[in-house]
Parts: sequence; structure tokens; C-alpha cells
Amino acid sequence: MTRLIADVAVLGGGLIGSWTAYFLARRGKRVVLIEKGVVGAQSSGTNFGNLRLQGRFPGQYPLSLRAQDLWERLEDLIGDSCEFDATGHLYCAFDEAERDKIDHYAEVSESYGIRIEHLDRAQLKRRFPWLGRKVIAATYSARDATANPRLVTPAVARVAKSLGVTVVEHCAVREVRKSGDTFHVDTDTDLQVECGHVVNAAGAWALEFAERFGETAPLFPAGPPQFVTEPFPYFITPSVQTVDGSVIARQIPRGNVILAGYPRTAADPILNRAPVPPVKTLAAMECLAEVVPALRSCHVIRVWSGIEGYLPDMLPVIGQSETTPGLIHAFGFCGHGFQIGPGVGLCLSEIIVDGHTETPLSPFAIGRFQQEIEVSDKFKREFDAVRKTP
Amino acid sequence: MSNVVVVGGGPAGIRAACMLAAHRLRPVLLDEARNVGGQGYRAPSPGLRLDMDALMGGEAAKYHALQAAFASIRDQIEYRPGTLVWAIEGKTLHVATDEGSSTVSFDALILATGAMDRIMPLPGWTLPGVFALGGAQVSLKDQGCFIGRRVAFCGSSPLLNLAALQYRKLGADVVAVCDTTPLGAKVRAAPQLAAAPRTMMRGISYLTSLMRAGTPMLHGVTLLRIEGKSRVEAIIVRDCRGRERRFACDAVALGYGLKPEAQLAELAGAEMRFDATSRLWLPKIDADGRAGRSLYLAGDSVVIGGADAAEASGELAARAVLSDLGIVHARSVARGLRRRVFRLRRFQRALARAFVWPANRVKDLSDDVALCRCENVSVGEIRRAMDQALGPIEVNRVKAITRCGMGRCQGRVCGPALQELVASHAGIPIEAAGRLRVQAPVKPIPLSVARTLAE
Ligand SMILES: Cc1cc2nc3c(=O)[nH]c(=O)nc-3n(C[C@H](O)[C@H](O)[C@H](O)COP(=O)(O)OP(=O)(O)OC[C@H]3O[C@@H](n4cnc5c(N)ncnc54)[C@H](O)[C@@H]3O)c2cc1C
Ligand SMILES: Cc1cc2nc3c(=O)[nH]c(=O)nc-3n(C[C@H](O)[C@H](O)[C@H](O)COP(=O)(O)OP(=O)(O)OC[C@H]3O[C@@H](n4cnc5c(N)ncnc54)[C@H](O)[C@@H]3O)c2cc1C
Repeated sequence: MTRLIADVAVLGGGLIGSWTAYFLARRGKRVVLIEKGVVGAQSSGTNFGNLRLQGRFPGQYPLSLRAQDLWERLEDLIGDSCEFDATGHLYCAFDEAERDKIDHYAEVSESYGIRIEHLDRAQLKRRFPWLGRKVIAATYSARDATANPRLVTPAVARVAKSLGVTVVEHCAVREVRKSGDTFHVDTDTDLQVECGHVVNAAGAWALEFAERFGETAPLFPAGPPQFVTEPFPYFITPSVQTVDGSVIARQIPRGNVILAGYPRTAADPILNRAPVPPVKTLAAMECLAEVVPALRSCHVIRVWSGIEGYLPDMLPVIGQSETTPGLIHAFGFCGHGFQIGPGVGLCLSEIIVDGHTETPLSPFAIGRFQQEIEVSDKFKREFDAVRKTP
Repeated sequence: MSNVVVVGGGPAGIRAACMLAAHRLRPVLLDEARNVGGQGYRAPSPGLRLDMDALMGGEAAKYHALQAAFASIRDQIEYRPGTLVWAIEGKTLHVATDEGSSTVSFDALILATGAMDRIMPLPGWTLPGVFALGGAQVSLKDQGCFIGRRVAFCGSSPLLNLAALQYRKLGADVVAVCDTTPLGAKVRAAPQLAAAPRTMMRGISYLTSLMRAGTPMLHGVTLLRIEGKSRVEAIIVRDCRGRERRFACDAVALGYGLKPEAQLAELAGAEMRFDATSRLWLPKIDADGRAGRSLYLAGDSVVIGGADAAEASGELAARAVLSDLGIVHARSVARGLRRRVFRLRRFQRALARAFVWPANRVKDLSDDVALCRCENVSVGEIRRAMDQALGPIEVNRVKAITRCGMGRCQGRVCGPALQELVASHAGIPIEAAGRLRVQAPVKPIPLSVARTLAE
């Protein structure tokens, strides 16, 4: 039996767990980061890589902007830029109703100080001549960015390790108990951790660690279909998204075009499967060829998805447990956790070290599910195979 | 009537289709290639005048027999050439043709998708003018082109001498055949090879014909590097006595035997298991080729067995389908076929000892050699990624971090060498290094195949 005494045990070595461990270590805390597989191999390593500011939930902007500031300083923070690129983000409308929608999103963004350009068809033709005719208007935000998700989480965990975090891979947390002020974390290896705080950052697998302490959330696992093409001459500089979610695409400077699209598909966290139905791949290929006609002859070389936790109001759970002092939840990121990841880690470290954070997190409290919650419009549109919620 | 679909129009697929057609099942035969026959027995493109008798040599009779067998069932099957199966979902195949994408559903599926070359990189292998050995044959048989005028055939494979001879017969200058397996290993494998005396004799006749023609035939060489400024100019080898030798050439055909094209089988749900002889992950089948519910595998796509085994195993898999559908019960014939397939595949295992995959060479590769030519990832980049803290020691993770195997070919070329590199650098058994997972599409498909047929 290996017994470790620590200040904090972080369950889950995704982006959220790794950033949390990193910031805690910088504040001098002894941290054990426990990952059942290897760090950054789940949602955090398979996602699309968008660091999008446009069109977010209004109450999330303070957190989101704090996170973007960290992304922009990534190289200073971890010594590696992980292909962070301020590509800008083009939010595209196909008709007047969608134009109203992006204009409304833009108003919200602008109220938080984000600069948005409103582009009509003629301006689009001048600035982004490769866009298909179907796009009648768009809003452009220059501060939105992208980064390489395959690289970021391992890089953050590596620096956390060098700052003294004990990173344990291939070790699944089985049981978390609390006696007095101490948590006992048992695993499927001979490792046991005793600590004063537990951060539940176990992604789509997180629910059992909430339910063990008498609270719950209607979390269910799913993922959007994605694909990547062969390298093509580089011409799509911004990240491109259509309001209906049929196309979320970007091109990296080495030439490959990456695409994600809705509707999402149910995934299986037990068997570790995130299927991509071929019909969705075909539908997305067709949509992409309409939005960027020059890609018609470009070849798709691989599809994939990931296992992400979603909640019916399309907002994550972030914050202290409402039953158990010392337990902090951060899961169910509903497809937008990559962008806010560093911000979430920073806030959680503040909660643990300072007892509170300045960043408003109340919309994300786990207790909200004790009442009837409003099901998000996105939730209704963006999934096809919603499994019975647990 | 049951809907039986056969994927692959090589010897395995054709013999399966013949057996099914004989029972009036009207099978669907899908083949990515435009001309029937598969890799070994492909009919030349219409309009291409190739002397197939000269090209096929001792195999000409089998070639004609297979093509004739196909011609005789042509109107009893639904044959769809130029049709790539790119994904499988449940009992539906997704296919892509020049016209677009569509689906084909099946009650039983026989996959006979064949094999491709296995490559071990060496310095200079990404220079223009270096081809896979099978690619050198394909360009000859499909397009009637040589890969160069002065060609070196290198590696270790039963096809090495065959390909060299085919090139010679049609007028190319074969500057050398450099086999990396020592002659002694071949002699030691001879008793087992004698289990298929005709095939062994054929191999020996290729060798002697080349020697008689004065082609330098080297055994037990180490391939040191391929040189050239902007394309191949020479190959440098160390011969079995330790001397460095240089062969000027304008093309190199490189190959270390074949590896099954098992991607579709894996997508269809076949269980993959590690095979210590070939050091590859192969789909698991029973003696008749069953790999799961309604899934049957035949030919080189399961385990390398050569053309004769492909024909027999195709027929056998079709018999298994017929018997599972309750159509035939002729057990005695199946037993004979089963024995034949078993014997032919065992023979290939002996060949694997006579033509050795140079697993150990990967340790000696210098850091600047490219391992993944699609993404241009070097051996050194992979070693460095593995060496850092929390570095990956499993091939899919190495791929995620380095991009090795992430390009157009999806690791079909670099996969085996990557497995060796990861295992040797991590100091773990190769089966612990894992294998690259497959995903659709099994080969690249253009966005335009997805159009809803209006343009
Ligand atoms: C296909 C896809 C595309 C996406 N695109 C974007 C995008 O463009 N922009 C964006 O902002 N967001 C995007 N997201 C969402 C984003 O990836 C996630 O919100 C984010 O990665 C969540 O991080 P995480 O650390 O909570 O989860 P994860 O990365 O899933 O990490 C949780 C970790 O916990 C581990 N774990 C689970 N149970 C245990 C246990 N019992 N013991 C030990 N460890 C355990 C898991 O193995 C896993 O590594 C996308 C998601 C998907 C799936
Ligand atoms: C490049 C190459 C050249 C060879 N040359 C010779 C030779 O000259 N002499 C010799 O004896 N042996 C040769 N071989 C060995 C050969 O593999 C076997 O002798 C024999 O052809 C195996 O028969 P098969 O039916 O299993 O597969 P193959 O003959 O390989 O037939 C498989 C068929 O399946 C098709 N296919 C594969 N994937 C898909 C897909 N996803 N969708 C649709 N169709 C698909 C292929 O296009 C091919 O037509 C060669 C092998 C290779 C790889």
C-alpha cells in the first residue's frame, strides 16, 4: 500500500484537472493528480480546439475572458505555445433569422468589451472570398483563437509535475470517503491518498463522485462527429462556424482542415466508445463543401469524436459541493470546456487556497438541479440520440 | 434470398463469389480496383498491351484460370468495380464511387481485401524514386510503367525476385537484388518450405534466372542508405562480408513481405490479436474464416498466405456462409479445403523465417530519418516525445503527440515500424506498444462524394 498525504487530490487528468493541479502547485499546495488512463487522452485531447468567445452564455463571460487571458500567455505559463493561434472566429448566418441571432450574440459580447465586426455579403466577399454564397452575413471576432488540444493537457501536466505535483497515470479512483476533515481516496492500484480537499474533475465519469456525497446532476455522455482532411493549400485563416452548427471548421497552417458538426451522438464511457455514424460524416462533408466550395476535391482522411459530459441547460457544474465541505466539482462542460479550462483551474485554486474567487460561478452551482431547470434551446437542437438521463 | 456481399476482387473474393454463384445466391462483389483479379492476378487496363504470359511466367495458367472463372460467373453476380468500401456500420457498407457515396446492406459479409507492403525505413527512403515493392509491380501491371530505368530491388520478400524478374523480362535494367536475410536462414527454412515443393521450386527458379542474367544477387545485406540530391541516385549497402557497396540506380523497390489490409475487418468488429510470427495484429478467425456474426474473412486480408491460399480460403469462407445460411452441408469438401488452407498458410509462416522482417534495424536508425512520410515525422522526434516527462509509450498516444501515422495513409505504411520503434525505445514487448486504431474512412474520400447528387 502506498499512502500519500496531500493537501488536494484531483480526480481526473483532463484539461480541468491538470490546470487545477498546476495553479495549486504554484500556490504551494501538495497535490496528487490521479488519472485512470493517461493525461489528456479523453475529451481534452480529442476536442476541436476552438477557443471561441462569440456566442457564449452571457453569465460565463467573466470566466471566459479570464481564461482567454491565460491562453494568450500560454507560452509564459508553461513554456510551450501548443500551437495557440489568434485565428479569429467567423460566425456565419445563412438567412435573416440567423443574422438576427448573431447580431444578438454580438451585442452580448460587445457588452463585455469584445470587439466584433459585422460583415455583410459584400464585405465577406472582399475579406473572405472563399466563402460560399450561402453565407449572407457574419460576425468576426479577432480575439477568438485555437490551440492544439492533443498537446496542451500533457504539456500542462508536465509543468505541474515539475512544480511538485504527484501525477499518477493508469490509476482509477474507486472510492472517496470523508472522516472528520480528511478525505480518503482509494484507487484500483495500491495507491491511497489522504487529503483535505478533493477536486472532482472526472469529466463524463464524474457523477459517481458527486452521488457518493448525496448530490447529483442529469449528466450524459456524448460527442460531436469530427473529421480531418488531407493537407490543402492554406487559405482559411479564421475558425469558421455556422449558426446552425452544421459546420465548425478551421484550417491549420500545415494545411489540414478540421471539422466538427452537430448533431452530437451518444457515447459510451464504460466501453470507452464515441461512435461517428458515417451518415453524419457525409452530411458534414456536404455542408462544408457548401460553406467553402474550394474544398470540394479535398479528401477526408479520418473521423473521430470524444466522450464529453452534457447537461440539459448546456452549462457546466463548477464550484463547491453543497453537501460536503472540501469537495469541489468541475465537470459536464457541455462541449465548451477547452476554452474556459485554464480559467476554471485558476478559480478552483483560489477557492481552495483563498476560500473564494472573484469570478462569478453561481450559474454553475450543482444545487441548481434540485429545481426544475430550463432546458436550453441548444440542447434541443444539437443532439439526435439523447440517452435517458441518469 | 440472402444478401451476401464480397469485398475484394482478388483470388479470394473471386473464388468466394464463384461458390456463392454456384448456389444461385447472386452475390454482390465490390472492388476498389477497376480491373478484376486483385494484386497478383489483376487484368491489365483496357487498351494497355501487356504480354501477360511473359509477365506471369509459371503463374500464367493460374492467372488465366482465375480470369476465366470470373468471366463465367460475370452475369450471375452483381460486380461493382471502382467501388471503395470506406465505412461499415452494423449491416450496412458505405461505398464511394466516382458517382458519389451510397450504401450496400448485407446479411453476410466476406472481406477479401488483400494485403500491402510492409516497409522498414532507412535513410533516404522518402526520396522520389523509392517505391514499395508491390507498388513497383502495380505500376507495371496497371499502367505498363517501370518505376525507373535502372532499378534496385531491396528488402526481404518472396516477391523481391519475382518483381525483379518481371522488370527484367519487360526490359528494365535491374542493377541489384539486395536481400537482407542471410542465405543461411533460407537454407534452414528449406525443410519447412519443402511442404509446398512447387512454390519452393518456383522461388528457386526466379533466383537462378536472375543469376543467369548476371544480376548481382546479394544476401544478408544491411541497407545503409539511399542517396540522391533531389531523387534516387544510388543505394549503399553493406554486404554479408562487411564491405560497403554502392549501386547506382534511378529507382529503388523496397519491401519486407506483406501485411494484411485488415482495417475493414476491424471496423466490422473482428477481434484483433497479436501474432508473434509476423509481429502484427491480425483478425481472429475460426478454421473456416468466421470472424464474428455474419462476418467472414478470406485471403491475405487475414494472414499472409499467398494466392493459392487466397483462392482456397475464399471458397472456404463462402462455404461457411452457405452452411451458416443452411444452404449446404457438404462437410467433407470443407474439411479438405480447410486442410489445404491450413497447409498453405503454414508454408507462409516458414516463408516469414526465410524472409525476415528486420525488427532490430529500428534501433540503429539515426534520429534524422523520417519514419512517417505523410506527416514528415522523424525517428528523433518520436524518441524525444517519448523521453520527456509523462511521455507516451503506446503507439496511439505517440501518434497523438507527434503526428506519426496521422496523415493520408493513416499509418498503413509507417505503422509496423512505429510499433517496433515504440517497443524498442520504451524497452517493452511489441504487443505492449499496441497498434494504431482504425477509423473510417479506410482510405481518403473527397468531400464531393457526399453531394446529394445535384451539382
Ligand atoms: C469532439 C469534441 C469537440 C470539442 N470541441 C471543443 C472546442 O472546440 N472548444 C471547447 O472549448 N471545448 C470543446 N469540447 C469540450 C472540451 O473538450 C471539454 O469540455 C474539456 O476537455 C473537458 O475537460 P475535462 O478535464 O473535464 O474532461 P476530460 O478530458 O474528459 O478529463 C477527465 C479525465 O478524468 C479521468 N477519469 C475519469 N474517471 C476517473 C477515475 N475514476 N479515476 C481517475 N481518473 C478518472 C478520465 O480518464 C479523463 O482523462 C469538445 C469536446 C469534444 C468531445
Ligand atoms: C501490390 C502487391 C502486388 C503483388 N503482386 C503479386 C504478384 O505479382 N504475384 C503473386 O503471386 N502475388 C502478388 N502479391 C501477393 C498477393 O497479395 C496474393 O498473391 C493474392 O493476390 C492475395 O489475394 P487476395 O484475394 O487475398 O487479395 P488481393 O489479390 O490483394 O485482392 C484484394 C482486392 O480487394 C480490394 N480492396 C481492398 N480494400 C478494399 C476496400 N476497402 N473496398 C473495396 N475493395 C477493396 C483491392 O483493390 C483488391 O482488388 C502482391 C501483393 C501486393 C500487395
